[in-house]
Amino acid sequence: MLAEVSSSDFEKEVLDAKLPVIVDFNASWCPPCQMLRPILEDFAAEHSDECKIVSVDIDLARDLADQYEISSIPCLVLMRNGEEIDRKLGLQSERKLKKWIQR
Amino acid sequence: MDSKVTYDIIIVGAGIAGLTAGIYAGRASKKTLILEGSTYGGQIINTPDVQNFPGESHISGAGLMSKVYAQAKDCGAEIEFENVEKIQRGDDGIFVVHASDENYYAKTIIIASGTRNRKMNIEREDDFMGHGVSFCATCDGSLYRNAAVAVYGGGNSSISEASYLTSIAKKVYLIHRRDELRASGTAVEDFMACQNSELILNSTIAELKGSDKLESIVLNTPHGKRELQVAALFIAIGREASIDYIDGLDKDPDGYVIAGEDCQTNIPGVFVAGDIRTKNVRQLVTAASDGAIAVNSALAYMRSAD
Repeated sequence: MLAEVSSSDFEKEVLDAKLPVIVDFNASWCPPCQMLRPILEDFAAEHSDECKIVSVDIDLARDLADQYEISSIPCLVLMRNGEEIDRKLGLQSERKLKKWIQR
Repeated sequence: MDSKVTYDIIIVGAGIAGLTAGIYAGRASKKTLILEGSTYGGQIINTPDVQNFPGESHISGAGLMSKVYAQAKDCGAEIEFENVEKIQRGDDGIFVVHASDENYYAKTIIIASGTRNRKMNIEREDDFMGHGVSFCATCDGSLYRNAAVAVYGGGNSSISEASYLTSIAKKVYLIHRRDELRASGTAVEDFMACQNSELILNSTIAELKGSDKLESIVLNTPHGKRELQVAALFIAIGREASIDYIDGLDKDPDGYVIAGEDCQTNIPGVFVAGDIRTKNVRQLVTAASDGAIAVNSALAYMRSAD
């Protein structure tokens, strides 16, 4: 299970995190988001010492979706030291995620 | 960077045909890679209730395909999410698959890429894809709450998308190039009855405007150009069988790859499975069946080549 994050705990869970954070912007009605979820959960479990992954439901946290200008989902935003490093749209394999967090 | 591994089978597409092929190839202990340019699961993932798959009386398309995906992975198939741009055969008989990030190598190929959404083929369409232009209102519609949006198309899927959007968006334009919609029945009447709907006939989309994201579209209408300020455009002009990543395939006039029940194409070592194959019945079960047969044909081909 990925931790659900909203604007109230985004600073603590994402911006102040020691590890790189992948923020998964998604919605319950989005089928591709559902397809991505098991990949992220497996990756998070296997790489918990390298990064953390959190989920942002854009319907519950519209302010964050607006702040990060999310225009299509699923959208993964890679954060390090509170700054956005990169973002990717759509599904990613675990192998590609591993390379991505090392950039 | 090239991966130097040579796969026994590379499967292009991770719908039910491709994933079933992955299950059979993995169970045959063949080194298998599935390449998918979008999401795994294929078209069916947008269907809320599948009732005709054996063993499942009611299951969501996404739920069903999540199971099939997990099964393919458990059987040993690898999956990468990359577009296949070109497949060529080297002098050594090995196929080189040029994907968006890397090249991959294989002894055999199974084409299972299905049909795809038809594009408008106008300038900046690709630039705005995911930034205001979309093929799926039920996927992306909620991102444009209280905005003006447009749907382009005249069939049942376009009216379905447009009707869905009327409950979300401030204004919904439905644009069609002909003088009447191909869709009919209560769905059209329901859409027209909405206060925030507008049907624009005899018009085509000529131009997409915006900086980083879509801001407006320009129409060619019988009365000249008309510009609509919209935050999103949903394209619903049908699907097409189109494979442009491998040369020399025999296809029928509609673009479907010609192959019999053995899924063998005219190119030795290249097989085809699922909706992209010439066939009479396109259903989940027939696509899954193709996936199994294509692998068996590929195994026979590899045995004969050894």
